[in-house]
Parts: sequence; structure tokens; C-alpha cells
Amino acid sequence: MERVDGRRFDELRPIKIEAGVLKRADGSCYIEWGKNKIYAAVYGPKKVLPRHLEKDDRAILRCRYNMAPFSVEERKRPGPDRRAVEIGKVMQGALEPAILMHYYPKSMIEISVEVVQANAGTRCAGITAVSVALADAGIPMRDLVPSCAAGKVDGQVILDLAKEEDNSGEADMPVAIIPRLNQITLLQMDGKLTEQEVEQAITLAMQGCQQVYQLQIDALRRKYAGAEYE
Amino acid sequence: MHYEENMRVLNMSEILPLIRKEYLISLAKEGKREDERALDEYRPLDIRVNVVDKAEGSALVSLGGTMVFAGIKVDVGEPYPDTPEDGVMITGAELIPMAAPDFEAGPPGEEAVEVARVVDRGIRESKALDTKALCVRENELVRLVFVDLHVMDYDGNLIDACGVAAMSALATCQMPVLDENDKPTEERLPLPVHDLAVPCTFVKLGDSLLLDPSLDEEKALDSRITVATDQEHHVCAMQKSNIGGFSLEEVMHAVRVSTARGEEIRGLMKEAMK
Repeated sequence: MERVDGRRFDELRPIKIEAGVLKRADGSCYIEWGKNKIYAAVYGPKKVLPRHLEKDDRAILRCRYNMAPFSVEERKRPGPDRRAVEIGKVMQGALEPAILMHYYPKSMIEISVEVVQANAGTRCAGITAVSVALADAGIPMRDLVPSCAAGKVDGQVILDLAKEEDNSGEADMPVAIIPRLNQITLLQMDGKLTEQEVEQAITLAMQGCQQVYQLQIDALRRKYAGAEYE
Repeated sequence: MHYEENMRVLNMSEILPLIRKEYLISLAKEGKREDERALDEYRPLDIRVNVVDKAEGSALVSLGGTMVFAGIKVDVGEPYPDTPEDGVMITGAELIPMAAPDFEAGPPGEEAVEVARVVDRGIRESKALDTKALCVRENELVRLVFVDLHVMDYDGNLIDACGVAAMSALATCQMPVLDENDKPTEERLPLPVHDLAVPCTFVKLGDSLLLDPSLDEEKALDSRITVATDQEHHVCAMQKSNIGGFSLEEVMHAVRVSTARGEEIRGLMKEAMK
């Protein structure tokens, strides 16, 4: 099958990850995933505000996903909409199981994702970037959390749908995993798939996540591996 | 003295849920639940349609102690620029203060937004509502279908109760026929509904998956997964929610159980709509 950008069915778009790109944030990451351009920042652990959200035995994680008004074809009204609120919630669910939250009782870790250019798959790219930013902030984790979508276009299950494919596609399924635990921590789906196709798509997305995982590790190596020997 | 008592209350409030959780997990390990249901068994589901005269479509659904109204109002307006020939469905959910001591007044929070969006996705992606048939004039005027979910009593598993309520209300909705000036007349026409999408939600407790979580099970959950299926047994929406993860096998188990139970629930819906 010929894909719009000539990729194989199991091939990711070109991905570029850079750790530590923002000065003020405790950890940060920039990711280019195909035509997506996304920044992720981590602040904390810090004092919990508002105070009533504080937990005695662990940290809390707050996630904000936002798209810049100019990031999409038609100007988007500034500030998070309902879609963004939902994405923030599922991002938290995807990332929190990997973080050792009980290391930081009564504190808060704040994550924000800003999409400056969107082209399908922003939540996956966002989670991938946040995970690198968390590592960049030195927050202890069980593992990184790579993310990647699979979907169905023209009757075929394929990896990492580009915008044109998503628009004409029959289904899209974003997935994130914790590779060392072999656990799926993000799973959403819309479209129509048979039971067999669901299994195929999850399996393909998990393989994609493994590739993204390597790119995350490479990005952290580029930033940190040389330093201690210099 | 007072101080000590306060301390004890505080400690208990944190420890009790942990004890409850351990208990529910140990029960589930043996395939049991506190209310003696099987792990893949629903609580009693009661569906009543046409319960509000003022709404063009309505349903009242009880699932265990959870009680939800769905009301449909149909209006006309402009289509979205990217879908000029499609009517519009807008789903909202309100978790009103009446329904639980910790629900607060005000704009919808994360939980309400997620409930509405997951319910909406299941129905939308199943193509149950034929949005093309809701076009009055391309690019200019289409029908707007407002689905409002009003949670009256929260006893766990809002997504499934809301999903069944929304779908049942849509399937029985009678919208006004428009006159030559696009004004609603007294004449009625059924909404073009061609499928019945049903969401099934599970929580993961320890290593067990429990269908249709009760309030207690939901409070103890690590994570949650919803699978919506259509008449042809296609999966049309999925959502993993909350903290925690699933293995591929667990997800596929949820898909299979949802397909089977979804069919049973569809039967109940059809029965209620007769």
C-alpha cells in the first residue's frame, strides 16, 4: 500500500527530540514529529497550590495541554478547550504510573505541553516529550514513557497516521507504554475496528513505542552522557 | 482531647480506603465481588424513554444506584466549516451537586468533560446518528442536536449509564419538521438513528478486571477502561482512564466482554424503546 508520504505501514514519521531547551523550567524538551512542533516543560516538585489538593503520602501531578492559536489551519481560540482538558487528563494517566510519586509527599509536579504546530498525533508526541522533560528535571521514574498511534486507513492497519491519513482514516488509536513493565498507560480509540484489528493495531503501536523509546534514550544521551567524562 | 479525636478521624479517612481496596482486590482474586456479582456482570439496568415532555428525546437510566437523565433538544444553526453537509451533535454532562457530596457547582470539571467526550465518541464513531441526513441546506443551515446528560445520583460507572441514556434518548427522539422559513412546526420526524452504540466500562483492581464498577470499586480503582461497540460488533471507541496500566491481554479481554455484554444491553434498550 502506498502512503501519502511514501512510508511503509510500520514506519514512523521522522522524529527529532532535544532535551533541556528551556531555561526557566526544571526540565524541558522539544520534539519535532513529522510536521508537529511541540514543547514540554516540567516544574517541580514544588509546593502544592491550591493547598487542598495536597496528598500526605505522595506528590500530585498536574498536566496542561494547550495548542497555540496559530498551530492549526483555522485560528483556535486561546486557552484549553474541552478536547485539551481531556488530553490533559489522559496524559496524566499515561505518565503518572511511571513516576515515583511517593518520593515527594505534599508536593506537586507540573507539566505543560504547548503545541506550536499541529499535524496529527500531538498527544503522543506530547507524552513522549514530557517524559524526556521529566528525566531532564531529574525526577525519579520507573522508566520513560514513549507514545505512538496506530490506525486504519484504506482497510489497512498502519503506524503513526499523518494528518491527511487521519482525516480520511477509518480509525485512530493513540497508545503509550511503560516498556520495562510492558504496560499500556494510554489507550484511546475512535473509528471502527474489528476485535482482530484492535489487537493488530495495539501490537503495531507498541512496536512503534519501542522505536520512540530508543529516540528518547538517544536524546537524553546526547544531553547527558558526555558530561560526566568531560 | 478534641485534637486527638480529630487526628484519629484524619488517619482513619486515609487508612480505611486502603483496607477497603485490599479487601476488594482479595475478593476479585477469587472472582468475587462485594455485591455477589460475577466480575463480568452488570448491575440491574433500567431504561425508560420519553420521560420529559419538553425534550424532543429523553431517557432515564438507572444502573445500580446510579441515575442519569439524558435530554435531547434539536435546534438549527450553521454547520462547522470543515463539515458543511453535516448536522452537529453536541454532548455535555453535568455532575450536579445533588448527585454526590463531593460534586461541586460550576463549570464541568475534568471528570465531567471526559464522561461527555467518551459517550460522544462512542455514538459519533459508530455512525449511529446520520449527520448527513440532518443537513437542511449545505454550508448554511443544519440541525444541531444537543445531548445533555444530567447525573442525579452517582453510584459508580457514569460513562455506561450516560452512554445508554444518551443513545436511548437519541433513538427515540422526535424532531420538529421545519416549515419553508426554517421554523419548527408541530409535525414530528424521528432522528435518523441507524445503530445503537453501547459503552462498557471496567476497572482494574489488582490483576482483575471488573465490569460496571460500583461506587466502592470505582473509588478503589487504579485504572479504568471503556470499550464502546456497535451493532456489527465493531469496536468504535476506547478510553483508558486514570492512573495505572493494562497489558495487551487485559485490553483484549475487555474488548471481548464488551462485545458480548454490549449485545445484551442493546437488547434491553430495544425492549425499552418498544
